[in-house]
Amino acid sequence: MSKRSIRDFKEKSMKSLFFIGGITTILVLLLIFVFLFAEALNFFKTYSLIEFFTGTQWMPGASPERFGILPLLAGSVIVTAGAIIIAVPIGILSAIYIAELAGPRTAGILKPAVELLAGIPSVVLGFFGLVILVPHIQSIFNLTTGQTALTGSIILAIMALPTIISVSEDAISSVPSALKQGSFALGSNHWQTIYKVIVPASISGISAAIILGIGRAIGETMAVMMVTGNMAIIPGSDLFLSSVRTITATIALEMGEVARGTEHYFALFAIGAVLFVMTIGVNLIAEAIKRKHRLEA
Amino acid sequence: MNATKSENAFSFADTLNGENEFDSDEDDFESENEIEFENEIEFENETEFENENSGEPAPSFSTGKVKKKIIEVKDLDLWYGNNHALKNISIGIPKNKVFAFIGPSGCGKSTFLRTMNRMNDMISNCRIEGEIYIDNENIYAKETDVNDLRKRVGMVFQKANPFPMSIYDNVAYGPRIHGVSKKKIPGIVEESLKGAALWKEVKDRLKDSAFSLSGGQQQRLCIARTLAVKPEIILFDEPCSALDPISTRKIEELITKLKKEYTIIIVTHNMQQAARISDYTAFFLSGELVETGKTVHIFENPQDERTEGYITGRFG
Repeated sequence: MSKRSIRDFKEKSMKSLFFIGGITTILVLLLIFVFLFAEALNFFKTYSLIEFFTGTQWMPGASPERFGILPLLAGSVIVTAGAIIIAVPIGILSAIYIAELAGPRTAGILKPAVELLAGIPSVVLGFFGLVILVPHIQSIFNLTTGQTALTGSIILAIMALPTIISVSEDAISSVPSALKQGSFALGSNHWQTIYKVIVPASISGISAAIILGIGRAIGETMAVMMVTGNMAIIPGSDLFLSSVRTITATIALEMGEVARGTEHYFALFAIGAVLFVMTIGVNLIAEAIKRKHRLEA
Repeated sequence: MNATKSENAFSFADTLNGENEFDSDEDDFESENEIEFENEIEFENETEFENENSGEPAPSFSTGKVKKKIIEVKDLDLWYGNNHALKNISIGIPKNKVFAFIGPSGCGKSTFLRTMNRMNDMISNCRIEGEIYIDNENIYAKETDVNDLRKRVGMVFQKANPFPMSIYDNVAYGPRIHGVSKKKIPGIVEESLKGAALWKEVKDRLKDSAFSLSGGQQQRLCIARTLAVKPEIILFDEPCSALDPISTRKIEELITKLKKEYTIIIVTHNMQQAARISDYTAFFLSGELVETGKTVHIFENPQDERTEGYITGRFG
């Protein structure tokens, strides 16, 4: 072989190597998708789709067994909503602080600290929640147990914060300085500039940050399972102070004990598929908003 | 004639040294401000210039200074870190005229423009010494409210920078932040857009995004936005450098019209533009004010050979 054909061969083989690397991710995603939905479809061969989506009871041990997703969905939604209510204001304020108000030194400490927060394993946060938060929540609200949706929300908020802060901070920092100067040149102060120009200009990035935070929260299992009490009931008026069980916790708790091929086994795949659709949906929305943001900028 | 020139020289002589002769002025300057060699040349030039024009009728500064000169800059020095970017600048800006700052890139003309609404405050390593009086009030005094100053001294930037909101909201932004009552805002918006010669083009689409406008329209929107806060002075920082010739002409016509009500200072790279629209011109080089005077004189009969060199295109 000539030198040139060796070089061509090298070039081609490198290209295919990278191609394989790239395609693997997509293949894995596709495989998971097919596997998950195939198993979930098995469930609906024996169980009514309507009953699954409208059933208010999740009782695998009962006879007949009941697989209503609503209590689990309610658990996931309440815990996530609580996390968002806590994390969004704190996250956006921190992002504005880091991007606009903090000096370079303070920002230099805060930014890595936020990234460090993202690196804490969820089981550690769960443990922290169980040992520190649960007793406090129990005594503050005078409950029989501190393992509540609120506890889960607080832990999830801590987990969603790094995403919300760093993505919003990026969006805020990328607001062109020309806009800021334009605002200052009209005689507005820093606060008015932040509130009326910078935040509106970066609102799509901030929305994407919030939605990515939701995505992170909704799919979280371990920490939530450790602190929410795992009662598969639709909460009543005590909402955040009741024990809840999320979709993720249900799968984690029951998958180990279930016999392969049973209706219960397939039911877990069905709720897994619902969760998958939810997270994909959330991520797609975040991507769409981010793309819109890029187009505007 | 060369009135501005002589006024300038007079005004700092007047305020600093009273009756002293110009020669001793220079000495004072040197000892007080440690001016470098180049500055000395600059002052010599000014003095020469002054002497040449000594036969001219005395400018009215002595009696009507407040009315005539809206901005008085005295011994202004500016550093970015260790970089001495403006060197002992003194100049007077007359009211309701168009004053052009010309000079090659990096000569300090934009920096100097930005000292007048204190936009340089935002640069952390920027240090300023000297005084700028606007309406006889030192804008670098401790008690100056910078936001109020920027309301009085508007600024239009090199690249149009409309806010990401509707055309209407862009113009209404200024009045809103300054707490103008809601009832008055539609009137102000219309008046400002008319003032910026944009009303006819946008009156049916006020709710559209400002980004839907062309580059030239966006720049006029930025002018309208500035007019809406009712400034006395408008600073233009190379407002046409990103625009096509037709849009440029519109902005130039607008500036000529605006000087009836506002004092205008424009930084421009384009000497033809300075010649076309300005009444007075100042030439900057390496952070120094080399020469200033009526535009006709600067362009037709420059006193400093560096000015002549720049204007005739030998450098810059």
